Amino acid sequence: MIDWIQIFSNAAQELISPTTAAYALAALGLAIHFGYTGLLNFGQAGFMALGAYGFAISTLTFGFPVWASVLVGIGASVVFALILGIPTLRLRADYLAIVTIAAAEILRLIFTTNTFDDVTGSASGLQGYKGGIAALNPIPPGTYGFGPFTYNAYDWWIRILGWTVVILAALFTWSIMRSPWGRVIKGIREDEDAVRALGKNVYSYKMQSLILGGVFGTLAGMIFILPRAVVPANYQTSLTFFIYAILLLGGAATILGPIVGSMIFWVLLSFFSGFMARAVEAGWFPFMTQVQAGQLRFILVGIAIMLLVVFRPQGIFGNKKELSFVR
Amino acid sequence: MESTQSVRPRSRGRWLILLGLLLSALTLSGIAASPAMADEGGTDGQAEEFEYFFSGNVKYNDEPLEGVSISVSGRGFEAETETDENGQWTLGVPEKEAYEVTLDEDTLPEGVVVEDGQSTVEAEFGLTSRKAVNFFLGEGQRVTTDYGAQVLIRVVNGLNFGLLLALAAIGLSLIFGTTGLSNFAHAEMITFGALMMLTFSTTLALPVWLAILIAVALAAGLGWTLDAGLWKPLRKRGVGLIPLMIVSIGLSLALRYTYQFFYGGSTRQLPGATLPREIRLGPILLSWIDVVSMATSVIVLLAVAYFLLRTRIGKATRAVSDNAPLAAASGIDVDRVIRIVWVLGGGLAGLSGILWAYFRPGVSWDMGFQILLLVFAAVTLGGLGTAFGALVGSLIVGLFIEVSTLWLPSDMKYVGALLVLILVLLFRPQGILGRRERIG
Repeated sequence: MIDWIQIFSNAAQELISPTTAAYALAALGLAIHFGYTGLLNFGQAGFMALGAYGFAISTLTFGFPVWASVLVGIGASVVFALILGIPTLRLRADYLAIVTIAAAEILRLIFTTNTFDDVTGSASGLQGYKGGIAALNPIPPGTYGFGPFTYNAYDWWIRILGWTVVILAALFTWSIMRSPWGRVIKGIREDEDAVRALGKNVYSYKMQSLILGGVFGTLAGMIFILPRAVVPANYQTSLTFFIYAILLLGGAATILGPIVGSMIFWVLLSFFSGFMARAVEAGWFPFMTQVQAGQLRFILVGIAIMLLVVFRPQGIFGNKKELSFVR
Repeated sequence: MESTQSVRPRSRGRWLILLGLLLSALTLSGIAASPAMADEGGTDGQAEEFEYFFSGNVKYNDEPLEGVSISVSGRGFEAETETDENGQWTLGVPEKEAYEVTLDEDTLPEGVVVEDGQSTVEAEFGLTSRKAVNFFLGEGQRVTTDYGAQVLIRVVNGLNFGLLLALAAIGLSLIFGTTGLSNFAHAEMITFGALMMLTFSTTLALPVWLAILIAVALAAGLGWTLDAGLWKPLRKRGVGLIPLMIVSIGLSLALRYTYQFFYGGSTRQLPGATLPREIRLGPILLSWIDVVSMATSVIVLLAVAYFLLRTRIGKATRAVSDNAPLAAASGIDVDRVIRIVWVLGGGLAGLSGILWAYFRPGVSWDMGFQILLLVFAAVTLGGLGTAFGALVGSLIVGLFIEVSTLWLPSDMKYVGALLVLILVLLFRPQGILGRRERIG
């Protein structure tokens, strides 16, 4: 028989998991790019990879302390954003899309190749960089929590850390989008030429937005690797597409959208995979194997993206008037 | 594609080189790291990519040789490594299948060669996830193919690859030109052709030529279906171009995993994919598949060019591509032209998928996605929306990728092509044959 308690409890754990926090933060960065500025960044996986590898390589190869490793990751993503932005921000939106997706793949291939195995660990990736973060943990060792939310000290620490960063980033985004800077950014999304006519340097504003959202992606990449190892196969283009699914689910030009979107996305996905896996096990779908049941969720995500864009482009929280592409 | 050839070693000194199975910490760490991730990270089913390993030990006269370059290729996968100070090497591969393992004789010390010219061996896994691959080294002289010949070999390979890219790129470019859609699901149209070919030639055991015809026809049918069932209704709804692009991404994801659902994650071969390379043109060795593949591409591309330049419908296509409202005003049925472009694009993508399956070689569920970015690079390089630009761009990308392996490690060869894409956008954003006003 199906163990419903187990399925529900696994799904509930996703609500506060660090993975959910990482996707929420990456989606928030994408909201700045796509939702507020109208930039089509398809390379968020690349920014996340820079955060993950920037942090892990600084710690492992150069022995930097935590704060310096974080700064290295952020610095790398600022440089990456400049390289991407300089040639493409003057061009039409779909050029940025193609260049960002290509650049993210370049990064992944460079991190995967055997040529730099000493530093990147090639396809096996990196681990053993968590010591610094664990040493900062103020929670005494032990197991805390109730019901499905029972974790040891390290697991609680990375959850607190991850969600604190997400909340700070959300507050920051909320305040700058109400500032004059935010109004210019939204103006660029609505009508670039009008903003240019007002004497604003559109190119520079777009670049600032690209860098800011990219830094959010980089921080998300660092949160992403706290509960796991750094593996290059995690940073494929489908990672970016998942983040887009979350963004569109929550609402592209909103603050809460990416966060709640990420929670809903992961809870539903976990529930669905858990249910399918056990239903197949129990012989409810005799025509399907375990492996096939695992693939169903990707098909589902793809279909969800299509349906959302066509039927509810503003997402759950969005306001239809807010988003230029809805027109 | 070996860069060197051996002559028979002169000395009888035959040194068995072996191979400790390195079931060591090096790889245990990799294995421990990945499978758990596959579920939690959840980005793709490929995290288990490197559960299988080839390894070996290169020694000559019991002396370990350091810095000998070993590469693995097959199933569309390539990787390269060097032996460490103990002469040991390990390479991870994504599937438990047969691969070609090559020892680069240029990196051996002077006067040492692989015996019997066996510098490339076919290696297959047994029951375990590790396989020892050994090379027998002996004394001997190498006849190195000279640099010019190597360049020539890669140019021919690059042309072959570029031509098959062009088939897909022209369809993508025409669709972009007539509808403005950057179709990320084009990759799945490429895969579809190869999967249908696999179904009809291997599973249903039809003759190859018939299977190709059916597969291309079905791929064209897929193009028609997508337009009639999805894109036309969306155009009628007035959905913008950027939402359309995101819809195509969702479609690509859904289709790709639907393929995996039905065909599984493994790589399978089309009939005749393993024909020996027996046609010799100077230094170049080709198989019949290579020759037929290139001839097919050239003939089909000429036919497409004739269609675009000489027929009424082709001219109408170019007119719509140039300026759709003006074309509509001059009495061209724009919807019909777009329908034809989708059918043509689907058929060309399907054919390109079949040729790609022979070039890699192998059919797998994500094979189209592997070259999607290269197709995009080709189209952008040539100029978005121009059919002939797509052809030129594809040939450049194909040649660049193959020739760059002279300097770049083979698992980095796509990096070069994608970097070129970014550089071109920096200096000539409209592409080689594109026009300035298109870049907006």
